[in-house]
Amino acid sequence: MTQHLDLLGREHPRPPARLVLADGRVFEGTAVGADVRSTGEVVFNTSMTGYQEALTDPSYRGQILTMTYPIQGNYGTNAFTDESREVQVRGFVVRELTDLPSHWQNEATLDEYLKRAGVPGIAGIDTRSLTRHLRSQGVVMGTLTRDETAAEALARLRGEPEYQGIDYVAQVSTVSSYDFEDDRQGASNGRGEPPAHVVVVDLGVKRNIMRLLRERGCEVTAVPHTMSAEDILQLRPDGVLLSPGPGDPMLLDHVVTTARGLIGKTPVMGICLGHQVVGRLFGASTYKLKFGHRGANHPVRDEQTGKVYITAQNHGFAVDGDRLDAGVEVSQVHLNDGTVEGLTHRSEPVFTIQYHSEASPGPNDTEFLFDRFVATVRSRGPAQ
Amino acid sequence: MPDKPSSVLIIGSGPIVIGQAAEFDYAGTQACKAMREEGIRSILVNSNPATIMTDEGVADVTYIEPLTVEVLERIIARERPEGLLPTLGGQTGLNLAVDLADAGILERYGVRLLGTSVRTIKLAEDRQLFRDLLRELGEPVPDSDIVETWEQAVAARRRIGLPLVIRPAYTLGGTGGGVANTDEEYERIVTAGLAASPIHQVLVEQSLIGWKEVEYEVMRDANDTCITICNMENLDPMGVHTGDSIVVAPSQTLSDSEYHMLRNSSLKIIRALGIEGGCNVQLALAPRPDVVAWPEGTEGEPELQYYVIEVNPRVSRSSALASKATGYPIARVAAKIAIGKRLDEIENSVTRRTSAAFEPALDYCVVKIPRWPFDKFPFGDRTLGTQMKATGEVMAIDRTFEAALQKAIRSLEVSGRSVLWEHAEWGDEPPLDATDERLWALLAAIRRNMPLEEVSRRSRVDPWFIERLARIVAMERRLLAEDLGPALLRDAKRLGLSDAAIGTLGDRLPEQVRALREEWGLRPVYKMVDTCAAEFDAATPYFYSTYEDENEAPPAPGERVLVIGSGPIRIGQGIEFDYCSVQAAHALQEAGVGAILANSNPETVSTDFDTSDRLYFEPLDEESIRDLLENESGDGGESPRSIVQFGGQTAVNMARTLHGSALPIAGSSADAIDLAEDRGRFEAILSELEVPQPPGTGVTSLEDAITTAEAIGYPVLVRPSYVLGGRAMEVVQDANELVRYFAAALEERTGVVLIDKYLDGREVEVDAICDGETVLIPGIMEHIERAGVHSGDSMAVYPPQNLSNAQRAAIVDYTQRMALALKVRGLMNVQFVISPQDEPDGPGVFVIEVNPRSSRTVPFISKVTGVPMVKLAVNVMLGRSLREQGYASGLWPERSLVAVKAPVFSMAKLVGVDTYLGPEMKSTGEVMGVDRTFEAAVRKAMIASDLRVAAGTPFLLSLSNQTKADALPLIYALHEAGCPLYATEGTAQLVAGLGVPVELVTKRLNEGHPNVVDVIRDGTVGAVINTIEGGRSEPLRDGFHIRRSATEMRIPCFTSLDTARAAIQSLSNPGSYEVLPISVYRDGDGAAK
Repeated sequence: MTQHLDLLGREHPRPPARLVLADGRVFEGTAVGADVRSTGEVVFNTSMTGYQEALTDPSYRGQILTMTYPIQGNYGTNAFTDESREVQVRGFVVRELTDLPSHWQNEATLDEYLKRAGVPGIAGIDTRSLTRHLRSQGVVMGTLTRDETAAEALARLRGEPEYQGIDYVAQVSTVSSYDFEDDRQGASNGRGEPPAHVVVVDLGVKRNIMRLLRERGCEVTAVPHTMSAEDILQLRPDGVLLSPGPGDPMLLDHVVTTARGLIGKTPVMGICLGHQVVGRLFGASTYKLKFGHRGANHPVRDEQTGKVYITAQNHGFAVDGDRLDAGVEVSQVHLNDGTVEGLTHRSEPVFTIQYHSEASPGPNDTEFLFDRFVATVRSRGPAQ
Repeated sequence: MPDKPSSVLIIGSGPIVIGQAAEFDYAGTQACKAMREEGIRSILVNSNPATIMTDEGVADVTYIEPLTVEVLERIIARERPEGLLPTLGGQTGLNLAVDLADAGILERYGVRLLGTSVRTIKLAEDRQLFRDLLRELGEPVPDSDIVETWEQAVAARRRIGLPLVIRPAYTLGGTGGGVANTDEEYERIVTAGLAASPIHQVLVEQSLIGWKEVEYEVMRDANDTCITICNMENLDPMGVHTGDSIVVAPSQTLSDSEYHMLRNSSLKIIRALGIEGGCNVQLALAPRPDVVAWPEGTEGEPELQYYVIEVNPRVSRSSALASKATGYPIARVAAKIAIGKRLDEIENSVTRRTSAAFEPALDYCVVKIPRWPFDKFPFGDRTLGTQMKATGEVMAIDRTFEAALQKAIRSLEVSGRSVLWEHAEWGDEPPLDATDERLWALLAAIRRNMPLEEVSRRSRVDPWFIERLARIVAMERRLLAEDLGPALLRDAKRLGLSDAAIGTLGDRLPEQVRALREEWGLRPVYKMVDTCAAEFDAATPYFYSTYEDENEAPPAPGERVLVIGSGPIRIGQGIEFDYCSVQAAHALQEAGVGAILANSNPETVSTDFDTSDRLYFEPLDEESIRDLLENESGDGGESPRSIVQFGGQTAVNMARTLHGSALPIAGSSADAIDLAEDRGRFEAILSELEVPQPPGTGVTSLEDAITTAEAIGYPVLVRPSYVLGGRAMEVVQDANELVRYFAAALEERTGVVLIDKYLDGREVEVDAICDGETVLIPGIMEHIERAGVHSGDSMAVYPPQNLSNAQRAAIVDYTQRMALALKVRGLMNVQFVISPQDEPDGPGVFVIEVNPRSSRTVPFISKVTGVPMVKLAVNVMLGRSLREQGYASGLWPERSLVAVKAPVFSMAKLVGVDTYLGPEMKSTGEVMGVDRTFEAAVRKAMIASDLRVAAGTPFLLSLSNQTKADALPLIYALHEAGCPLYATEGTAQLVAGLGVPVELVTKRLNEGHPNVVDVIRDGTVGAVINTIEGGRSEPLRDGFHIRRSATEMRIPCFTSLDTARAAIQSLSNPGSYEVLPISVYRDGDGAAK
């Protein structure tokens, strides 16, 4: 068993743990986080920072997250970095989880943080080997266990539901509407302009989306994914944002319907899952990527300017641009594999992006899209 | 967007000096390759012959000429390039571009500046303009004042308050800067800084000492797409020059929001500067307030705090590091952007399926440690500050910080300095201030149970790093306390402890630890550096070792040969050996053999991803080399052969190890190497061959030493056996000095000491290639300085100017006899001394030293003779005779050119180091002057090595008694050249006695003014000739202040009359010089394109 050492040379033998994949591959490591079994789709993220933001990103619901950067937890965790109300991942996989964080804003080690959240993890495995496996075989279901043999865990895993069939949006969306108040000290609200009202349809929204809207002088109301277009319009929004979220967009017919009722009446911005929903609305199908896009280094080209932006991404599904309505154009594409990364309506104030312009974690290169959205919102006034 | 230029001039960075090393050879070479890929004619100029970039076939036209405005104008007039690429030749290239623009030369010839504009260069380099720009952008800059006079300096101190950082404008490696905590320090540093700055300007800045220091490498194309390649965090916080800091990539202690806050700032700056290409931004980030107190007014919960410190609007040392750390070829991409390509139009040559418009993701940790020259200069000031002192650096990669750090320590190749090393004088509280030894002091403090918070507070190193070091110490304790079983050994290897360290802690030999690893199946695997954290399948075979599960580097099929590189750039082992390693890899590939390269130096061409068929970025020690050869052998397969003769002493030292492990060597055998290095065996062979050497022998006791010295007569040359770069070599004049030398040698446990008759004659050296039958000597080099000055510090002339035919014949004959007798297969270097007296029994040629490996003159001789020495040697090793390759025995016909190789020193940066030339090598780099005549070639060498003196320059003379007689013609020559003379007591008497006017200046510093230091400091004299008696390691009191003052004032200081004579000769015959491609000098005008 791998010994875990603290600074005084004391040994904390961490209990062994296993990550068992549905295809039979087994990784032996040591247990971190909570002492529970957990199953999910195993995915990897290549960002070198931002583990806490990722862990609390609702788009990871139902997934076991592997960080490819081998040393995790360096700067600890704190209360104000969470992107949603809880840790969303089903499990966390790392090469090394440090017990020795160093940061003036640190409040708890990542291990303590996971324990408190009731989420298990595994450390000490060859995460690069796992990543190469996922890259070549595609993402796969997996389960974390401490107390079963690999064979037992595999048998259990085969009895559990597949990721793709589950409506995770229902799990992460808010139950009732609420007005978003910034949780950060000293956060400004706007730049002196009168407030605009933006409704965020919560498919699994990250707080930073709402913060960035607040910073731009918006009053933000988050509503459940089930709220109809009529009810949303009742709120007299100046614009609506369809948020990111987890899972298969094909399960979200009701949100497609909602989007149909909004477009033409109010400016709409869609991010990630919100983008996929709008894509479906305009005739596109969606498909599952082999191993997804998850990281902070994804290059996206704006087809109009030819400029390339580095974006944060977290999606396993994508819009097939082939059967889009003539009224909609693919405005941005992924430089590496040509994936549709943005849609723009030719006549209506609707645009969507597949990536996360809200960053957190990741680069802020495309934060200006919120400026663009808010400018559109302001120029139009409230929905009629 | 303007059209792509059809031809581009690329400026190299000149000689290797502290602050500007091999990284620019790497950058320039990549740029030339990039131009070729784009179908653009490249014209290259560099004064440094030891570079790959100046090699045949890298650029389309290559000039090895001094880097001056005059020379560059003549090249521009001859070649008429459409564009000038100034961003790949370091500060030298940038400064020259500005000078060319300011002189109106670029405009006159219609040359477009590529990648950056003069405005941008000035914006980034001029402190005031830069600060104004940042303020406009809303980017925070530390409070500071630009100071050009002492009065302004006083005002700045009053306004901002101490401590203050002083940074001179436009200097290399922060030369002349420092941190002032007291008024005295402030005055001293400001004065030196103003002198160091070519525009007499320093920045006096609010001190951010102890803040986190973070760098970003940024790229931008003409379409305004901006990306960052990598960020890096310094373990040594603000206050230590980044070139002297231990650096980690990516950053370890930055949160995501901090990472992107600093990234945003960097992108904003490159946009505002309008750079098309690469740029480096240095920032300071608020530290933990419990480690370093925040400034006033930031108590409580501040906004995230940072300051922008500096921007380099060009490819830099950091970008070379970032390239090797990420796999992203920054220089290549920067060059392509400069000629108008967009990032998304450039292929990512690592994955070959994505474009250059992305940001690398690392799935490993990279640690860089600087390589300092204090093993050579034990009396130098080891304090690290804002002035860089390292000559080179090493990099290591692993999956944890601890393992990468320990591999980097092993890569340093400082004898005896393992992770476990401690200074014998460290007591209970090892000194934690910034020196080259701090890393070891931190570990020592932890071992002594100093609370970790205190270690952090005292050193200001972030607790994250301290705690990581504590984990290493914790593992040491386990290894000391527990029985070594498979689990413990696995943990220790995963944490990066070497077999040797594990052995030391558990009372085992490294070999026994290795045997246990073998028994328990603990072998490293090799993982790929692929720029994308395994997200894509990558094509580039660039690997590092780690103790994980999956191996990504199975042995490639077919014949392969390992070239062992030369490790970090250090005094005595410079870029020349990287040149040889790269050439060897190319030669192997040309012969259809797979080239495997192992090296630990991130600055070099050899560690470029496309130099070899497979690159192992590894320490060059026994453990790593054997591990990687085992990996290359596969399961029970045959090991590839290793070439040990191109990587300097680092690689040669592996010969015995390889031999002992039954691993095959290509070329001269371990026994041949031993034969040349073992004094007894070597002497026996020489006497059998009837090849004379100066009388002498190896001794182990002082008694024997004195007897021997008396028998052969003083002066004698003493040195330990097995040396490179003349370490601890001295000319000893009498028995007293011999006693002193021996005392020191015994302390260092050097074992056998060699004592030879010291012949005060001309030194000559040759490089030769031997296949066992044929011995080819491409050229003979004659040194300008007499024996006693290390060959690496001597000026060398090709072809020799003063040899008789008989001497020439003897040199060729002896070389051939020795090469055959030593069974050399490949390269060999021989150093001779020509007796100053007529020798009745022969030509007076004596062998001083033979090295059966490549020497530092191989690139020089290859370039001036056109004989591709490394390639011939590699082919010999592969079994092709020289005859088959079209070469016969003997001396290669001399070319009609004259080439002078001159050493270049970095003494201004090394406070406390004596600068006189002696048997210990001190130079960091070299330049070459080549022309049709000796005078013109010397003149160019003097210009290129900054020893140029103009007629009429006032000289200060201070000569030792021994050299006075020799100096007479020199004194007349100086007088005739209109040089006013100043001299110290004894010398003044001599000069006056010759009837030459002279002004007496006392060398006794406390007996009135002006003294020697005054006339140097106040600019009264513009050059110094100062000769001394003997030669030893510690600073000689006599004349030390003269030499240091001259160095700090950057005026020529000649400590050998021979060098001075050459300089004065070229001064009195100013004449003209040619500016031509090297191929034209060598092969005639027909070679010009």
